[in-house]
Amino acid sequence: MAANPRIKLPDTAKPGEVIEIKTLVTHVMETGNRRDKTGKPIPRNIIHTFVAKFEGKEVFRAELGPGISANPYIAFCMRVPGPGAFEVAWTDDQGVTTTATAPLKLV
Amino acid sequence: MPDPIDITILSRRTFLASAAAAAALHPYFARAEDAGPHALAPSQKFKDDYERLVGSATPIEGKVTVDLPETAENGNFVPMTIAADSPMTDADYIKAIHILSTENPHAHVATFFLTPVNAVARVQTRIRLAKTQNVVVLAEQSDGRMLISTTLVKVTIGGCGI
Repeated sequence: MAANPRIKLPDTAKPGEVIEIKTLVTHVMETGNRRDKTGKPIPRNIIHTFVAKFEGKEVFRAELGPGISANPYIAFCMRVPGPGAFEVAWTDDQGVTTTATAPLKLV
Repeated sequence: MPDPIDITILSRRTFLASAAAAAALHPYFARAEDAGPHALAPSQKFKDDYERLVGSATPIEGKVTVDLPETAENGNFVPMTIAADSPMTDADYIKAIHILSTENPHAHVATFFLTPVNAVARVQTRIRLAKTQNVVVLAEQSDGRMLISTTLVKVTIGGCGI
């Protein structure tokens, strides 16, 4: 299960400006290929879907595989359409969705 | 009667010519010669995924830039930046960026879906690499054409149990 979701935005932004949105979440990203001490396979548990919305409209989506590092870091860009807030959701193999929101401050 | 040395040279030439032809056909072989003692053989999973995404099309090289370390000391944690050359307008934008690894147990690393709202086709993430291999990035344009970039990453300590 994911913990400590973080969204990093620029301190302030202007409408029309292109900003970078950096996201990070704490998650084991267990690949399913490893075995525990008794030789039993450890079941896969990765975040497979990442969705970022701005004011309810989807702006970026990612499908992740086991080749993404633990504690997935994803950064992407967006042109600021106006005032609003980001909502980011990470969904893992156990069906748990972790969300975070961050308001964008305009100048 | 031909000199045996001539035969050797000829067969070597033939081999080099066929190797060059193979490199021209398959972009993921492009930098195999840089890998030193490692034999770089793309996995069957990679070939399947590549085939599924690209099909019979020829991807365009040079329009997508991938920033990866030349040598990754820890294969569990390899930072990566992808930037595709695209105006990102409604008429012409990058709709998806696929990351494929040639020799991880699971070839498909990630796919990012973009829209003109993103304005700049640039994404960053961190990936796992099981061993020294080529990382292939495919950027899919809105007109369906594929851009490709192949980067060799030497891995000191492989990402365990990927």
